[in-house]
Amino acid sequence: MNEKDLVLDLKNLVVRYETEGGIVRAVNGLDLQIRRGTSVGLVGETGAGKTTTALALLRLVPDPPGVVECERMELDGHDLLSMSESELEKIRGKDISMIFQDPMTALNPVFTVGEQIAESIYLHEDVSYAEAQKRAAEMLEMVGIPGERAAEYPFQFSGGMKQRVVIAIALACRPKLLIADEPTTALDVTIQAQVLDLMQNLRRQYQTSLIMITHDLGIVAEICDEVAVMYAGNIVEKGTLEDVFLRTKHPYTEGLFNSIPYIKDRRAMLTPIYGLPPDPTRLPEGCAFRPRCPYAGDDCTQPQTAHRISDTHYVRCSAYYSRPGFHIKRGADNP
Amino acid sequence: MGRYIVRRILLMIPVFLGVSLVVFFLMDLAPGDIVAFMAPQEATEEEIEQLRKELGLDGPLIQRYFRYMGNLLRGDFGMSLSMKQPVIDVFKARFPATAKLAFGSIIVAMLISVPLGIAAATHHRSWLDGFSMVTAMLGVSMPSFWLGLLLIILFALRLGWLPSGGIHGFSSVILPAITLGAGQAGHLTRITRSSMLEVIRQDYVRTARAKGVSERVVIYKHALKNALIPIITIFGSTLGNAFGGAVAIETVFAWPGVGRLTVFAINHRDIPLATGCIMLFTMIMTVTMLLVDIAYAYADPRIKARYSQ
Repeated sequence: MNEKDLVLDLKNLVVRYETEGGIVRAVNGLDLQIRRGTSVGLVGETGAGKTTTALALLRLVPDPPGVVECERMELDGHDLLSMSESELEKIRGKDISMIFQDPMTALNPVFTVGEQIAESIYLHEDVSYAEAQKRAAEMLEMVGIPGERAAEYPFQFSGGMKQRVVIAIALACRPKLLIADEPTTALDVTIQAQVLDLMQNLRRQYQTSLIMITHDLGIVAEICDEVAVMYAGNIVEKGTLEDVFLRTKHPYTEGLFNSIPYIKDRRAMLTPIYGLPPDPTRLPEGCAFRPRCPYAGDDCTQPQTAHRISDTHYVRCSAYYSRPGFHIKRGADNP
Repeated sequence: MGRYIVRRILLMIPVFLGVSLVVFFLMDLAPGDIVAFMAPQEATEEEIEQLRKELGLDGPLIQRYFRYMGNLLRGDFGMSLSMKQPVIDVFKARFPATAKLAFGSIIVAMLISVPLGIAAATHHRSWLDGFSMVTAMLGVSMPSFWLGLLLIILFALRLGWLPSGGIHGFSSVILPAITLGAGQAGHLTRITRSSMLEVIRQDYVRTARAKGVSERVVIYKHALKNALIPIITIFGSTLGNAFGGAVAIETVFAWPGVGRLTVFAINHRDIPLATGCIMLFTMIMTVTMLLVDIAYAYADPRIKARYSQ
């Protein structure tokens, strides 16, 4: 992979929250590289560390109690770790921006939507405030809201429209990397499709790379080029859509796919992943999935490293190098 | 918005009626005959009745109440018995001093409490938070007459920088305003802190940070404007209370305000003056609360929209 092609290069990210109730290990040595113009789906259940990873990229993990450690965190070749707060302020919203999960609470209720979009433009681009307001109205048009509604307040918009406004804020300065944190979870299904289409179109238009945080594998299949599956603060499997969906390698990913209801046989029993995600204050030694894994063996207590399946496909499961010929049931037929 | 204000002004009428009824009947319950008290010792029964009639204190209570309310509608608060002047004139002469003290104290309170409350919230559980909470607690719990005396000893007696009492120019308002403002600042600091603490955890504050807004602007623009409603509420009622006079502080600083006037009226059985003062406080308080409600509309567009419905 050419270094220059990388928008994001993240190596060994560790985030923990040091609370009175113990140390919450939210992200544990995560590596992630994203090429220019591609979209990566970050999937995993609640508490897997997806949002924390995103906040760490914006350097917005609340401190205290959050502690961020990282070997390398580069955005388009710029080292985010060594930046001062004022340098970070210039990057946030301009080179890297984020769409938050709940549009109902993500907008400031006491400022007009126009002001909220214009603020970002005025901060990052060398324009007058009047020009920023004009551009804000254009951004609204872009996301399908009449420009004259810029003078209205968030409470005058529906949920789907608020999310469009949030998208307009995030894309106002044409960021290199957009992080969308479950952008459609709070919306109903028809609006979900519209919002996803809109994001996809604008992203192509602006050549923006995307991290799509979600727990909906359907959304990933629809709009992502690559998938990274997270479990207990780490990526357990990463690859192209085909790699992960068709040539599944990690037992946890297999469990996720098996738990999808089968539409042709509505009376079939669901196949859950037994057990619960581990308590992040007391993670098991070695593989965090071990207590729930049907393939668990003695080798799983050792520290896990990423195992390369192909140029694009990586799995973090020690069974692949400690047990010759190891394979999981799903995807075994089409290697 | 205009219709909302008119509706609120109309709603003041029942408030006035209620307060006037309570005050009027309570004053009548006070023991002793004011007219006999006022009349010369050698006055005969007829002379006392004559005086009673002159003072408008004859007839059944209900009749007197309606007479009083009728006069009130014409802006006539009656005559002060002890000062032999219209109540409204006595009040008007004293009120500017009270207003000066009220505004002075609220400015002191705002200057202390808003920055301190915000600092406490943004440095939650740090030494700064602890310091501001201890300061607030001191402000609330320190008796104002005691703080006033301490300030007089230091700034008037020892240093001789400021006058110890009376009302002559700007310098004389400083000490009483600080004394009264310190107590108000205690409450306002606590409210500012708790309101800001709630707001800075909101998602939209994170959105602002993610846009690249600097921390100072995040706190003073995005967060503070959302935290204003409870602050305005306490601010308004504090100001309203201050307009009612502060007896202890007025006494310590020989301040000619309406607080001492009211106490004087009650001590001297000057029923028209006492009733008039209380009615005027009610009026000032309700107008202040109306202004507070109008201020809400400017702080929060959702409230403005509700007013317009």
